Amino acid sequence: MRALRVAALMALATLVALAAFEGRDARLREVAAQDTAGTNEKPAHGDTFVHASIGDITGLIPNITSDSASHTVGNLIYDGLVQLDKDLNWAPSIAESWQFSKDCLTLTFKLRKNVKWHDGRPFTADDVIFTYKAMINPKTPTAYRDDFEPVKEVQALDPYTVRVTYAQPFAKALGSWGQPMLPRHLLEKAVEEGKLREAPQNLKPVGTGPYRFHEWKSGEKVVLVANKDYYIEGRPYIGRIVYRIIPSQATIFLELKAKGVDMAELTAIQYERQTDYPAFKKDYNKYHYAANRYTYLGFNLKDPRFADKRVRQAFAHAINKSELIEGVVMGLGREATGPYRPGTWAYTDKVKRYEFSPTKARALLAAAGWTDRNGDGILRNKEGQPFSFTIRTNQGNEERKKVAEIIQQRLKEIGVQTDIQTIEWAALLKEYIKQKRFDAIVLGWGTGVDPDQYAVWHSSQNGPDQLNSFSYANPEVDALLEKGRATCHQQERVATYHRIQQILAEDQPYVFLYFRETLPVVSSRVRGIKVEPAGIDYNFIDWFVPKSLQRYASP
Amino acid sequence: MALFALRRLVLAIPLLIGITFISFLVIQLAPGGPFDYLRSEETGQDPKLVQKLNEEFGLDKPFHVQYWRWLSRIVRLDFGRSFQPDARPVLAKIGERLPITLFLNILQLLIIFTLAIPIGVASATRQYSLFDKITTIFVFIGFATPDFWLALLLMILFGVNLDWLPISGLRSLNYEYMTFWRQQWDFVSHLFLPVAVAAFGGLAGLSRYMRQSMLEVIRQDYVQTARAKGLAEPVVIGKHALRNALLPVVTILGLSLPGLIGGSIIIESIFAIPGMGQLMVQSVFARDYPVIMGNLVIVASLTLLANLFADLAYGVVDPRIRFSSRRRRR
Repeated sequence: MRALRVAALMALATLVALAAFEGRDARLREVAAQDTAGTNEKPAHGDTFVHASIGDITGLIPNITSDSASHTVGNLIYDGLVQLDKDLNWAPSIAESWQFSKDCLTLTFKLRKNVKWHDGRPFTADDVIFTYKAMINPKTPTAYRDDFEPVKEVQALDPYTVRVTYAQPFAKALGSWGQPMLPRHLLEKAVEEGKLREAPQNLKPVGTGPYRFHEWKSGEKVVLVANKDYYIEGRPYIGRIVYRIIPSQATIFLELKAKGVDMAELTAIQYERQTDYPAFKKDYNKYHYAANRYTYLGFNLKDPRFADKRVRQAFAHAINKSELIEGVVMGLGREATGPYRPGTWAYTDKVKRYEFSPTKARALLAAAGWTDRNGDGILRNKEGQPFSFTIRTNQGNEERKKVAEIIQQRLKEIGVQTDIQTIEWAALLKEYIKQKRFDAIVLGWGTGVDPDQYAVWHSSQNGPDQLNSFSYANPEVDALLEKGRATCHQQERVATYHRIQQILAEDQPYVFLYFRETLPVVSSRVRGIKVEPAGIDYNFIDWFVPKSLQRYASP
Repeated sequence: MALFALRRLVLAIPLLIGITFISFLVIQLAPGGPFDYLRSEETGQDPKLVQKLNEEFGLDKPFHVQYWRWLSRIVRLDFGRSFQPDARPVLAKIGERLPITLFLNILQLLIIFTLAIPIGVASATRQYSLFDKITTIFVFIGFATPDFWLALLLMILFGVNLDWLPISGLRSLNYEYMTFWRQQWDFVSHLFLPVAVAAFGGLAGLSRYMRQSMLEVIRQDYVQTARAKGLAEPVVIGKHALRNALLPVVTILGLSLPGLIGGSIIIESIFAIPGMGQLMVQSVFARDYPVIMGNLVIVASLTLLANLFADLAYGVVDPRIRFSSRRRRR
């Protein structure tokens, strides 16, 4: 009886295994045979590119979304008048050229004449004016209105010439027109009624970009197909893009190993250790470039202890940045000396640096009145109070938690006691940052394309809903920030932002820690990828898969 | 019995209102608001805009006003629209997520029950046998194994190393180009791992309950009597013992019904399944009040209904239970 049951079980197991084998074979058949006779490198159209995305998109009108997944998708469906080139400079897109007046007050765009919306209508100056009106309409829920408020007037000189007039010179003028252009013939009513979010366009968008929208299955995938009428003849090459939404980084990694996705961003440990074997290196190319985001330790400058510049400088000396980069992102990062990303035009390395030196740190703290008064190794002030404070950071970010822990250890060595608290993001923002109830915070800032950081550093920007929560105030920086945003000439701005970095390096309102690297891997069958300061996806439309290596069918 | 059911249904209404009231209160207590996503790092938050949107959706009103407005809409079955930029109707958002979660959970529940009951009975009737010992070990492994860990191990084994099964998602990329039967197989192969992982933990617990309950019953006098009458062992176990031993299991079934639409956030995240669990978690993070509340109303209503069905099911399996409009069940 028992033997019979065992036999039955085994039979069942075999069935399951057979069924599974059938599935495997079938799936293998989908994979085109790899070209063994040497690869054919001629650019070819077709194939499907599978991009793993950890978050779902929130909408398909990028002008009213602010998450990165929606923008990544939106950038391929829509075009702005200008776009960033490989060196992060503004370059022509569906505007073929532009001209600033001498006083920076008028900006004239010449539009391309062969640009069509995905439904076949021509793109004209009317659409530019409409997009401007949509952005400044108070009913439009956009986070980018500030970019358009300085505009005095937008006029169409002819169907393919647009003149923008500013009341005052506005540094971000050109870049603000990188905002996706919206189709007037489809959205005018929705904008007037203040119902842009509910417009069909938000679920089934029509743009002018290299890819047309195909479908969005919430939580599952977004599919785009190549726009055959794109204004650049013969582009894009890749026929279909699928954004697979996979909320778990571990699963994305396994899908990569099983060749289920073609591109994903890795964590430092995955990049450095877990993908360091021949089969993976054969199937994928790894890339790395500095991310546009830095991590910092910021101090509440309203707190008398941190208001003393020497204390902040002492902490800068006490923290070993290269140890931090090694320990937190396995060396895949660059030391930050200020709020600008190395390699961009605003960045300068000619600033004061703080080498790792506990001795100098102790000396600076002693000068500020903090010494070890009773030989217990803890620094105290004249009143005998020990130097101890809390470092807060947001929950769920292991990297920042590790940063806080390493800093804690280093500060302990110079006699400063710290506690670490991780708090859910919204609570951290509301209960601590906005109310300025904190000692020190480990967080990150994204550095925008434009170096204007008025909102972060200007002394007027320290209200509860504003970004200078650390209450930094330096009249010279204030003046420079105002100067930097009031001209459209890049050469004049360079000196301004270099000077700001020098002052910030001296003042150390934050200890600027590091810029981590972005670590994408892309299937090795894809050609045409080149790492530049802008990263890798600035030229996505030039990427292609040689015919012999194409893996999937595409329309 | 019909009267009993009706009475319970009417009593459920104030309960439902109470549940939604407390839920509404709790989600509003969490810091942050639904329009915080408008905070852009480059420009800073535009307080005017957030304020305006809050006014538009009545979020600036006192709590009781907001709740009353919400309640008066919900009784007209108007669940509203999401606060996310896509502004889709709440019911559409839930509607596209619900089928897959229901399907997965019912499948999982069926598997658990069809396997756990025979395993429990077999190990009870052969207490301390080799089979019993093996299942005991199996059960404790099942209890102790975290879902996500087992899921990852199975994904590595079947998805990466053996390449027998897909790793995540519901359908292959070229699903549209497949024949009908290939599509069915494709779907089943995607469900294999998530259902197996979800069933494993539940199987362990339920088979243990079944064993315990069976052990208690087979020591009863009436089972002895049945044997003394000379009935065959399968009849004694199957007819006299099992029916009584199933009573506690029915309770568990009733309790697990509401979970059917809740969805498991761990399984859904790891296997990238777009179900209710993921929707709920994303909505909570985004403070998307209409979606959270819509979800809660549906879950709460189904929980109450499921409890009612469980009570009614008692009457079917246990003749001692009578429904009476006067005397409450013991």
